[in-house]
Amino acid sequence: MAAERKTKLSKNLLRMKFMQRGLDSETKKQLEEEEKKIISEEHWYLDLPELKEKESVIIEEQSFLLCEDLLYGRMSFRGFNPEVEKLMLQMNAKNKAEEEDEDEVVELDVSDEEMARRYETLVGTIGKKFAKKRDRANYEEDENGDIRPVKAKKMFLKPQD
Amino acid sequence: MAEAVPFGAESLAGGRARAARRVLDQVVLPGEELLLPEQEDVEGPGGAGERPLRLNAGARSRLRVVCGPGLRRCGDRLLVTKCGRLRHKDPGSGSSGGVYWVDSQQKRYVPVKGDHVIGIVTAKSGDIFKVDVGGSEPASLSYLAFEGATKRNRPNVQVGDLIYGQFVVANKDMEPEMVCIDSCGRANGMGVIGHDGLLFKVTLGLIRKLLAPDCEIIQEVGRLYPLEIVFGMNGRIWVKAKTIQQTLILANILEACEHMTADQRKQIFARLAES
Repeated sequence: MAAERKTKLSKNLLRMKFMQRGLDSETKKQLEEEEKKIISEEHWYLDLPELKEKESVIIEEQSFLLCEDLLYGRMSFRGFNPEVEKLMLQMNAKNKAEEEDEDEVVELDVSDEEMARRYETLVGTIGKKFAKKRDRANYEEDENGDIRPVKAKKMFLKPQD
Repeated sequence: MAEAVPFGAESLAGGRARAARRVLDQVVLPGEELLLPEQEDVEGPGGAGERPLRLNAGARSRLRVVCGPGLRRCGDRLLVTKCGRLRHKDPGSGSSGGVYWVDSQQKRYVPVKGDHVIGIVTAKSGDIFKVDVGGSEPASLSYLAFEGATKRNRPNVQVGDLIYGQFVVANKDMEPEMVCIDSCGRANGMGVIGHDGLLFKVTLGLIRKLLAPDCEIIQEVGRLYPLEIVFGMNGRIWVKAKTIQQTLILANILEACEHMTADQRKQIFARLAES
């Protein structure tokens, strides 16, 4: 009789952390889903027929800046205020530069090949800076005039005797 | 389904909507509805049930259209809210369909975000200044919104000073806020405008006309004598020249040039150049 009736544990007790450690992952997932269902059912929603939302193609702006290209508001003429004249050139050039940005291609001052050549020698000269005094002798100049880094380190030679 | 609306049934308030493309540079009145180019085709030429055949009727290219000042969105159409000329600007690149706006005239300024304006400091309360910009309420300007301003290093601004700044917050629900630095933290010419000079008020349309890139008036004025001008989008102009007389002449010219034709203007400039 006592064996037939299982001790019924309350829901809150079963939800406690120490009771859940022994559960499988599947039962855990089921419990979580049930909790989520309860919570989402409590949310309110409008019981209206679904209105098709129109994608609004028109954007409203109240500013004249988009409509007309206006110049910068501060102006100075014939050198009355040199700072403002500099500003004028800067700000009005900025407006024009934005329009022309797409067409221009960046011109290189130094070609790629020359850059690669310079880098080769650069490695040697910088390496020389960090080499110790003894090793600096190894940075001798080659026949070509390029500086090559150190080849082999001097190891301890065991005496033959 | 576009049916041909009989002309007798036109009400006085809302007539037939016109195509925006055909009304460019013409006067429009508040209450008119304008059709965008894509909708014109659907409405049809107006004949009895005739509709142009379209091969891919389903795929309509949706271009983003910006409606500027003087226009509002009304469903798929544009509703005119101010009287003036309808203008259009084509976009240089990108997928937007261009900007439509109404070129209207008014003297009353409504704060708009991003506008550079001239304001007069009316009060200093705690950490902010109250600046009168000509709108419905004074704008607030924080003392930290100046270049190089810190809590210890306060800007030297007194009541009655003129400030050139731009709005960061400006809508109908909140008090407008302005600053004297740009997004990078540099002043870019904003801040306190120097002493002397003369501040006067003109209509908003004149400011936009004077600030147009190809404005002849400004070029002619610049050739007269050394001077400095600051234009505020709220209809205020500040001018300064070497003598008081030159300043006054300049102010009179700028105020009057709104109603003068090009010939009259050239006559006046010629007379000034002589004297």
